[in-house]
Amino acid sequence: HSATSVGAIRFACNQARSFCSGGGGLSAAAATATESAGSSGASLQHADQGVEAGGILNAAKYGGRHHVSLIPGDGIGPELMDSVKTIVNVAGSPIDFEEIPLSAERGTDEDMRRAILSIKRNGVGLKGNLETFEGMTSKNVQLRTKLDLFAYVQRCKSIEGVPSRYSDIDILVIRENTEGEYSQLEHFNVPGVVESFKIITEAKSRQIAKFAFDTAIKTRRHRVTAVHKANIMKLSDGLFLDVCRDVARDYPSIEFNDVIVDNCCMQLVARPQQFDIMVLPNLYGNIIGNIAAGLVGGPGVAAGMNIGRKYAVFEAGTRNSGRSIRGKNIANPSALLLTTADMLEYLGDAEDAKKLRNAVLTVLRSGIRTPDLGGSSNTKEVVDAVVQYLLQVRGH
Amino acid sequence: LCQPSYKMPSHQLLLQLMKRPSQLLQASRGLSAAAAGGTRTVTLIPGDGIGPEISNSVKKIFAAAKVPIAWDEVDVTPVKGPDGQFRIPQKAIDSVNKHGIGLKGPLATPVGKGHRSLNLALRKEFNLYANVRPCRSLEGYPTPYKNVDLVTIRENTEGEYSGIEHIIVDGVVQSIKLITETASRRVAKFAFEFALREGRRKVTAVHKANIMRLSDGLFLKCCREEAHKHPGVEFAEAYLDTVCLNMVQDPTQFDVLVMPNLYGDILSDLCAGLVGGLGVTPSGNIGESGAIFESVHGTAPDIAGKDLANPTALLLSGVMMLRHMQLGEFADRIEKACLDSIGDGRARTKDLGGGATCSQFTDTICSRVA
Repeated sequence: HSATSVGAIRFACNQARSFCSGGGGLSAAAATATESAGSSGASLQHADQGVEAGGILNAAKYGGRHHVSLIPGDGIGPELMDSVKTIVNVAGSPIDFEEIPLSAERGTDEDMRRAILSIKRNGVGLKGNLETFEGMTSKNVQLRTKLDLFAYVQRCKSIEGVPSRYSDIDILVIRENTEGEYSQLEHFNVPGVVESFKIITEAKSRQIAKFAFDTAIKTRRHRVTAVHKANIMKLSDGLFLDVCRDVARDYPSIEFNDVIVDNCCMQLVARPQQFDIMVLPNLYGNIIGNIAAGLVGGPGVAAGMNIGRKYAVFEAGTRNSGRSIRGKNIANPSALLLTTADMLEYLGDAEDAKKLRNAVLTVLRSGIRTPDLGGSSNTKEVVDAVVQYLLQVRGH
Repeated sequence: LCQPSYKMPSHQLLLQLMKRPSQLLQASRGLSAAAAGGTRTVTLIPGDGIGPEISNSVKKIFAAAKVPIAWDEVDVTPVKGPDGQFRIPQKAIDSVNKHGIGLKGPLATPVGKGHRSLNLALRKEFNLYANVRPCRSLEGYPTPYKNVDLVTIRENTEGEYSGIEHIIVDGVVQSIKLITETASRRVAKFAFEFALREGRRKVTAVHKANIMRLSDGLFLKCCREEAHKHPGVEFAEAYLDTVCLNMVQDPTQFDVLVMPNLYGDILSDLCAGLVGGLGVTPSGNIGESGAIFESVHGTAPDIAGKDLANPTALLLSGVMMLRHMQLGEFADRIEKACLDSIGDGRARTKDLGGGATCSQFTDTICSRVA
């Protein structure tokens, strides 16, 4: 059960051509050190087909090298993106980054427009978290809605060598990424009274539900659980739940159940192994995604991907800017590196993805860890260790 | 017998309870009566499912401890009135109005279509504006999380649970989250006063003001203002997702958490899960003119009537109630008896990994407390 599934999902979605998006989402934690070479050949082939098919996936590839939009973001983003660039170089992956100057400080409408244009042109992006100061609208949300990255996928899998209270967790959190509570429709009715709208539509609920079930099929998983609060929000979450149930009928081979969000939280800390794929509206996805990430090791090892029908933007799973540890050389680069590995696989470079993933997992296993994982190494030491491993593998 | 119907909008039919200031005088008279050694009457709402049996356990234990409380037992299941409308029985309304303090078991709520949660309606009508849930690791019932000692304080009347939803057009639903300055300020003030009263160090406001700038922004503003007025308590702000992320890694870093309705609902259940689940979690709903303490687990219809239920949650809520009524000595004794009984593995109920029935567990506590 491996990273190659990312390629498999992309291919399947290309064939499907309907609501499906261009990728699944598996964090690097998915991979084991022993993957067969044969499967990677298959996904390379499928990547070409995807580009030829057009429309669904248009990842820019010039002279055999992928062009990826890079938004370093705020906080620890810039320093970690430097690590990513270094490692991608050392690994010899055919990626050229187009760096986009977009940040909390530099974020005019024109900057945003250029960023979006770049991602549309390249098809794939890698981003850090953009901070939202008081009074600002979230640029992260803007990016996701304007590019219609309707699904946010986080794979939360127990990692060998990373301290955790649990073992054998393997949850795929599929979160609706563009509507719900993040619709950003708010106003003051009168001074001191604010109304904030949560919008749930049948179309987007169906889109995310179908994506979840298609992903289940392609990754050969068995169950999809919808998380909601339909007992209280009878119309909105009720609609989401009804649509999920309806879509489930088209996938009789996949088990479907639902759970109320507060009970879900309790179940997660009691017995997280019971969950397989979870499909959720936006806010609950945020909560559950963070809980699940925390259960397997925290923000330092979480990878995430924003998937749309045409574009994909990869970022660190829990979307933290890490403002408080900026510049201190203690940020954990693993999350962004594992995310990069997922991105490589999405682009069809399964071999390189595997190598990078193995490198990061090996270093984590070896005990070279940053403080967030209970270790005493700094960012540079971890990056150097990954570089060493990659050089070894390359035979230098 | 009453035929409960879940078709009517119950909030329209519940009468205005506990909003009249004269009740406050009555309530406080009652309080001092209890403190002075007189008997105080408290409304008891056994509820549905396992509600009646755990309520009996609590009554038995309180009697064994000789707590100076008389119970006025009422049923809040809506009944059909002479005009054909369904209402909460008048007896229940009068009781709650009169006594000002209540202890409540679980009520059933249908999922999806139907009337809004009766629990929710009760809270709204009684103006119970703050839900307080202490979560402490139970000695003798270990979970993967050690030394948890936090309190979640949740705004209880508005936010995402305003129940205002519309179908805009076919396939598009809008659900309104309402945040007002009044309610936010009220719960923030309570949080700080609670922290001071209970000797807690720090209050953290949990929000998502980066996404919901106006609503959570307003909530945050009120918290900041109250923080200024209560310099004896440390104040911090944190994003909801960061709190969740950190909570499952190291819950000991949290003390008192104050937040709007939905986040509070989810986070308080998450915290309950850390220390053993809803079966052992007490909860108090504080209003301007009184309070209702309740167990927050479900009605467990599958084990109702089989003497398998765990009364701990309701009992610990009763303990919270005693503290609220300034009957701290009785509270401490009963709490100790309860926790010791849980710590003694043989006496625990099935849900906590033991083999005792509800009655056996109750008797064990009674013998410890007498």
